[in-house]
Amino acid sequence: MNMQTQSRQTAAEAALLDSYNAQIGELPGNGAVISARDRLVDDLKNNGLPTRRVEAWHYTDLKTLLRNIPASGPAASVRNPAPLVEGAALIKTQQGEVDGNVSVEGIVVGSYADMLREGTAAPGLSVIDKDDTIGRINGSFVRDGYVLEFPAGAEISQPIEIQALHGAGQAHTRFPVSFGAGAKATVIERHIQTTDGQAFVSSVSDISLEDGAEVTWIVVQEQGADDTHLAQVRVRVGDNAKLRLFVINAGGKLVRQELRIDVAGEGADLQLRGVNLLGGDTHTDVTLVLGHNVPNTTSTEIFRNVVFDRARGVFQGMIKVALDAQKTDARMACNTLLMSDDAEFAAKPELEIFADDVQCGHGATVADIDDNHLYYLMARGIPRSKARAMLVNAFVAEIVEELEDEALVEALEAIISNWLEKHA
Amino acid sequence: MLEIRNLHARIAEDGTEIIRGLNLTVKAGEVAAIMGPNGSGKSTLSYILSGREDYEVTEGEILYNGENILELDPAERAAKGIFLAFQYPVEIPGVATMQFLKVAMNEQRKARGEAELSTPDFIRKVKEAAAELKINPDMLKRPLNVGFSGGEKKRAEILQMALLEPKLCVLDETDSGLDIDALKIVADGVNALKSPDRAVIVITHYQRLLDYIVPDTVHVLYKGQIIRTGDKELALELEANGYADIIGQAA
Ligand SMILES: Nc1ncnc2c1ncn2[C@@H]1O[C@H](COP(=O)(O)OP(=O)(O)OP(=O)(O)O)[C@@H](O)[C@H]1O
Ligand SMILES: [Mg+2]
Repeated sequence: MNMQTQSRQTAAEAALLDSYNAQIGELPGNGAVISARDRLVDDLKNNGLPTRRVEAWHYTDLKTLLRNIPASGPAASVRNPAPLVEGAALIKTQQGEVDGNVSVEGIVVGSYADMLREGTAAPGLSVIDKDDTIGRINGSFVRDGYVLEFPAGAEISQPIEIQALHGAGQAHTRFPVSFGAGAKATVIERHIQTTDGQAFVSSVSDISLEDGAEVTWIVVQEQGADDTHLAQVRVRVGDNAKLRLFVINAGGKLVRQELRIDVAGEGADLQLRGVNLLGGDTHTDVTLVLGHNVPNTTSTEIFRNVVFDRARGVFQGMIKVALDAQKTDARMACNTLLMSDDAEFAAKPELEIFADDVQCGHGATVADIDDNHLYYLMARGIPRSKARAMLVNAFVAEIVEELEDEALVEALEAIISNWLEKHA
Repeated sequence: MLEIRNLHARIAEDGTEIIRGLNLTVKAGEVAAIMGPNGSGKSTLSYILSGREDYEVTEGEILYNGENILELDPAERAAKGIFLAFQYPVEIPGVATMQFLKVAMNEQRKARGEAELSTPDFIRKVKEAAAELKINPDMLKRPLNVGFSGGEKKRAEILQMALLEPKLCVLDETDSGLDIDALKIVADGVNALKSPDRAVIVITHYQRLLDYIVPDTVHVLYKGQIIRTGDKELALELEANGYADIIGQAA
């Protein structure tokens, strides 16, 4: 038995376990946290990384795709990116650790390392289900992150930008964030590689919206060309709360972005938008598990994917409507532009509906650039590559513009056009 | 300025020949009208001039200012001053009209080695040209051609032409879909561009437009060939008698 397990162990699996053993005594945490970590690592050891035989990982065979794990190392940041939106309150992690003492007016900011040391983090160091490999890896290795508490009724007008910065090596962060009843805020979560070299990053954001909270949460992933980025956004949306969740993937070599969303309060509304810009020899997987679990909730999900070169993209979107979640209205769309013959995108939308009085729908399209549009732009003197970039921009801009906030729209459009300039 | 010699062209996809040995010469300063029954190949000819890749030239040549342009792509031809006002302009959702105009003007300038326009200069030019053509500036805030009425699309084409200041202007049924006032405005716009170093090719079915934009030469295109060339009297003759006689004589 033992022999068999070991013979199947990959280099990356072995490196993960070695890395954990090397950090024993060094990772923050009290006794409860240490035993929670040990349990997660044991699971990892016994189950290994998931393969395509595990349905949730069918399109992202992590065991094969994850070749190696760089050693955990100290921060080596050489770049200090400006906040996306001028005037944002900037809070940073460097190589997975919070950067000094931070305070933001109107909200309570704590460090997750403190929660680990005090043991209050222990219950959260658990998996959502048996296929929760990201929860397992992150729970094992997480060192720090920000704990943000938006008090009830707080209306924070300046955006809060969390920058998770890292160089080569490992970085594992967690961000538990709660929005009290009626709180209004915009949070930008950015993942940025600031040096060259390979990084292995995991991150979990654990977000809850109490009654009537209105939140815009934006995830911007701009990892380096050799990085592995395993991320999860866990969300609970309470009564009459509104969450606008926007995810943009514009980097990384191997990316899995999981969105685990529980629409848990009546009258709640989720507006989920995603832009995936894929190029080179990369693999990017966005997996959504969305539960409508009470009556009278609404959601819309739109993903726009652009795939260049030999890149591969995956979207798995599961909407589950519980038995008593009557009057659920959920609409999901996944539209892909394939920009080369070798580009690939697998879209797997799924509905699992137990209630009988609901409106649910999903659609997926795959296309390439409309030749008539390209010709029209070129006939006005716009060179082919520029014209193509304009059309790709148009394809994704539509959902960025929905954000309404002009500064934010401009900043995201700049990320998109910069990416396109490098890849198109 | 333009010399088309024994041009043969077919649809790239299925090989159907549309242009079958076409000859046409248009001199600088000239206004040439091309007329002909539906489906005779007028739009196809204009597409081929602009470099559309759906068509394949199998024989003959197109000389523009003495240079063979068949190897140039549409953007390169546009930068050299060839402009086609489309019979059916396409709607492009997500591309803002103003951004499109600015990129087009500046890319052409870049290709010709000229300095790019500053934003204030650009906006001033667009405002002036739009006012001349009685185009509502609100229309320019919308995505390119999206939701424009038929007539608005045609005006927007002429606006682009006025801004890009091409040397060879091809107008493919710009008159169709225009009301009487708009026809006059558009014709004035075209006439304002007339100059000794510029040529205009007007594709139309109706004399009405030619009352405003008076042609120097009139050519009848039928089954992919120019079967008759004359002066403005030829258009009047067609208006009175239709194509039957001319087609009969050519056969
Ligand atoms: N891409 C294409 N695919 C199929 N048929 C085509 C294509 N392009 C042109 N044709 C055919 O070629 C012929 C010439 O078309 P074209 O549009 O050039 O005519 P036209 O002279 O402009 O007619 P109209 O006066 O109606 O505008 C028509 O029979 C048309 O159906
Ligand atoms: Mg036509």
